[in-house]
Amino acid sequence: MNSRGRLRRVRALTHKEMLQILRDPSSQLIAFVLPVILLFIFGFGINLDTSRVRVGLVMEDTSPEARLFAASLFGSPYLEVRASLNKTEVSQELAAGRVRGFVVIPVDFSQQIKSPQAVSPLLLVTDGAEPNTANFVESYVRNAWEHWQHQRLVSRGAASEPLVRLEPRFWYNPSADSRNYLIPGSITIIMTVIGALLTSLVVAREWERGTMEALLASPVTRAEFLLSKLIPYYVLGMLSLLICILTAVFLLGIPFRGSVMALFLAGTLFMGSSLGLGLLLSTVTRNQFNAAMAALNAGFLPALILSGFIYEIRSMPVVIRAITQLIPARYFVTVMQTLFQAGTVWSVLLPAMLFMTFAAVFFLGLTALKTRRRLA
Amino acid sequence: MNRIAALIRKELQALWRDRQGRILLIVPVVMQLVVFSFAATLEVKNNTLAVLNLDGGRSSVELIQRLAVAKAFTRVLFLHNEADLRSAIEQQTALLVVRFGSDFSRQIAVRTPVSIQVILDGRRSNSGQVALGYVRQIVSDWQKGTSPGASAAVEPIVVRHWFNPNLDYVRHIIPSLVAIITAISTLIVTSLSVAREREQGTFDQLLVSPLTPEMIMIGKTVPAMIVACLQGTVIMTAGVLVFGIPFAGSLVLLYGCMLLYILALAGFGLLISSIATTQQQAFLGVFSFIMPGVLLSGFPAPVENMPLWLQYLDWFNPLRHFIVVVKGVFLKSSGLDLLSSSLWPLLVIALITLTAAGWLFRRKHA
Repeated sequence: MNSRGRLRRVRALTHKEMLQILRDPSSQLIAFVLPVILLFIFGFGINLDTSRVRVGLVMEDTSPEARLFAASLFGSPYLEVRASLNKTEVSQELAAGRVRGFVVIPVDFSQQIKSPQAVSPLLLVTDGAEPNTANFVESYVRNAWEHWQHQRLVSRGAASEPLVRLEPRFWYNPSADSRNYLIPGSITIIMTVIGALLTSLVVAREWERGTMEALLASPVTRAEFLLSKLIPYYVLGMLSLLICILTAVFLLGIPFRGSVMALFLAGTLFMGSSLGLGLLLSTVTRNQFNAAMAALNAGFLPALILSGFIYEIRSMPVVIRAITQLIPARYFVTVMQTLFQAGTVWSVLLPAMLFMTFAAVFFLGLTALKTRRRLA
Repeated sequence: MNRIAALIRKELQALWRDRQGRILLIVPVVMQLVVFSFAATLEVKNNTLAVLNLDGGRSSVELIQRLAVAKAFTRVLFLHNEADLRSAIEQQTALLVVRFGSDFSRQIAVRTPVSIQVILDGRRSNSGQVALGYVRQIVSDWQKGTSPGASAAVEPIVVRHWFNPNLDYVRHIIPSLVAIITAISTLIVTSLSVAREREQGTFDQLLVSPLTPEMIMIGKTVPAMIVACLQGTVIMTAGVLVFGIPFAGSLVLLYGCMLLYILALAGFGLLISSIATTQQQAFLGVFSFIMPGVLLSGFPAPVENMPLWLQYLDWFNPLRHFIVVVKGVFLKSSGLDLLSSSLWPLLVIALITLTAAGWLFRRKHA
C-alpha cells in the first residue's frame, strides 16, 4: 500500500464528507446558527445575578414606625414591593407565582420593637418552589431590616460606624457578572454538540444505509476511514469555535485575556475527545436514533450539568464529584474560563490539556478497535 | 378507529423492538433523574477558604476560628505570603481568600475602623457572592459579640418558606425534570418516527394506505403520549418515594394538563418532521428547539430575570408554562383557577402548531 494512494483516498473521502456537510442545512444550522443563538441565550436569558424580585407587603400596623420600615422596603433597589390588603389575598398571589414572597407587619409591631425582649416582630413568607429566589428574598428583606435599624439608631444619635468593614475584590471579573463565566463555559456545550452529536449521527447513517459495508469492501483502511470523518468535523468544530469566540468578544463584550495558541491547542484536544466519543457511539449502536440518544446522554447532558459551568462541582455529592473527573467537558470549561478571564495560566491549563489528550486517545483508540471487530 | 389502533401498536412495537431501543427508553430517564437531582444545585458548600494573616494578633485569630467552623467551608488553607494568595486564586485551590492587614488587631484594640480584604475568584462569582454573604454574617456576629454593651441578638424576622420549608433544591428539580423529560421524549418520538419512515421509504406506503394524514398524525402522537406519560410518572414516583416530596395537589388535574402539554409539544415535533427530510435533520431540529426551550424554561434561571423582550418571546415555549403547572399542582396544590394563566398559552400553542403541522402534511403529500 503506497502512501500516495492513501493520501488520495483520504482526500476523496474527506471531500465527499465536506460536500455532505455543505449540502445539509441541518449541519450548518447546528454549527453556525445554533451557537450564536445559544451564546445570546447565555448572555441574556440565564441570569444568576440578582435582579428586582416582586414581593407583597401586608401592613396590619400603620404606626409611624411601621411606615418607616415599609419605606425601607420600598427603597430597596432589589425589591419591587406591592402593597396588599390582607394575608389571604397575598397568599393567592404567592401561590400563583405573581410575587415570590411577602412581608407581614403585624398589628403589634410598634409595641414589639419597643420592648427589650422583643420576639420576632416581623413575618416573612417566601415561595419555596423557587429555592434560589427564596434565598435572595430572605437576604434582601434582612438587608432592608438592618438598614432601617441603622437609620433608627442614627436618628437617635446612637449609631456607631461598624468597626470592621469587608472589602471584597473579584479578581478577573470586578463587577461579578455571571455572564463573564457562563458564556465561555457555554462554548463547551456547543463544541460537544458538534463533536459528539453531529458526528454520531453521520457515521451511524453510513451503517444504517449500508454504505459502510460498501466502504469496508473497498481498499480504504480503518485509519483512513476515521481520518476522513475526523478532518471535516474537526474543521467544522473549529470554525464554530472561532464564531463563538468572535461573538463572545465583539458582540457580547466578554474580555479574552489568554493566548490564542493555547485556545487553539485546547480546542483541538477537546474536539478530539468529543469526536472520539461521537464516533465510538455511532460505531457501537450503528443506528442513528440510538446513537443520537446515547450522544445526548453521554456527551451533552454531562457537559451541561457536570462540567461545573452552571452548577458548582464542589457542592455535589462525593460520588458525582468523582464522576466529573472523568468528563472531558469539565476540563474544557476550566480552560475556557481561565483563558477568557484569568489569562494563560499554564499551571491550570496543562493538567486539563493532559487529561483531554488521554480522553481523545482513549475514545479514538476504542473506536478503531471496535471498527476492526466488526470487520472480522 | 381500528386503523389508528393498528398504527399506534406498530409504533410502540418499533420503539420496544430491540434491546438497544429498550435500554435507551429507560436508562436516560434514570440517568437524568440521578444527575439532575444530585448535581444540579446552586447551593454553596464544601469549599476551601484561604487565610492570609499578616497580623497574628488576638482579634484576627479569633475571627479566623469563627470562619473555620462555618458550614460552607470544609477546608481552611493558611497562606504565608502574597505569592501564595495569587496562586491560590489563580489555580482555584480556594474560592476566596480573607486577608488581614498587619495592623488589624492593633486597630481593633484602639477601636479604629479597619477593613478586611476578601479576594474572590471571578470565574465563580455566583458562588463567591454567596460565600461572601456567609463571611459577612460571621464578621458582623463577631463584631456584635466584641462591642461593649452588646446584648444577645434576638431573631427579628420569622421566615417561613412555603411549599418547601427547608428550601430543598430537589423540590425545584423534580417538577422541572417532569417537564423536561416528557418534552424530550415527545419531540424525539414524534419527529424521528416520521423522519425514519421517510428516510426508509415506508412513509410512502403509509400514505397510499387508507389512512388520512390526520390519522397518521394521531398515530404518531398517541405513542409519544404513552411514552412521555410513563416517563413523567416514573420521575414523580421517584420524587415522592425516593426524595420524600409530598404530592400536594390533584393527580387527575396534573395528568390532564400533561396531556395538553404533550399535544403542544407533539405539534412542534410534527412540524419539525414535516420540514425535515432525514433523521439527522429531524434530530438536529429537535435539538435546536429543546436546547433553548430548556435553558429558557425557568429551570436554570428564573424567567423574571430575563429581559422583557425575551420573556415575550419565551411565551411560545411550552416548557416554561408547564413547569409552573407541575410545581403548582405538585407542591402548592393549585387548582384550575390558579393554573389557567399557564394553561391557555399551552392550548393556543397546541392549536397553532398542530394546525400548521396538519397543513404541511397535507400539502406535502396531496
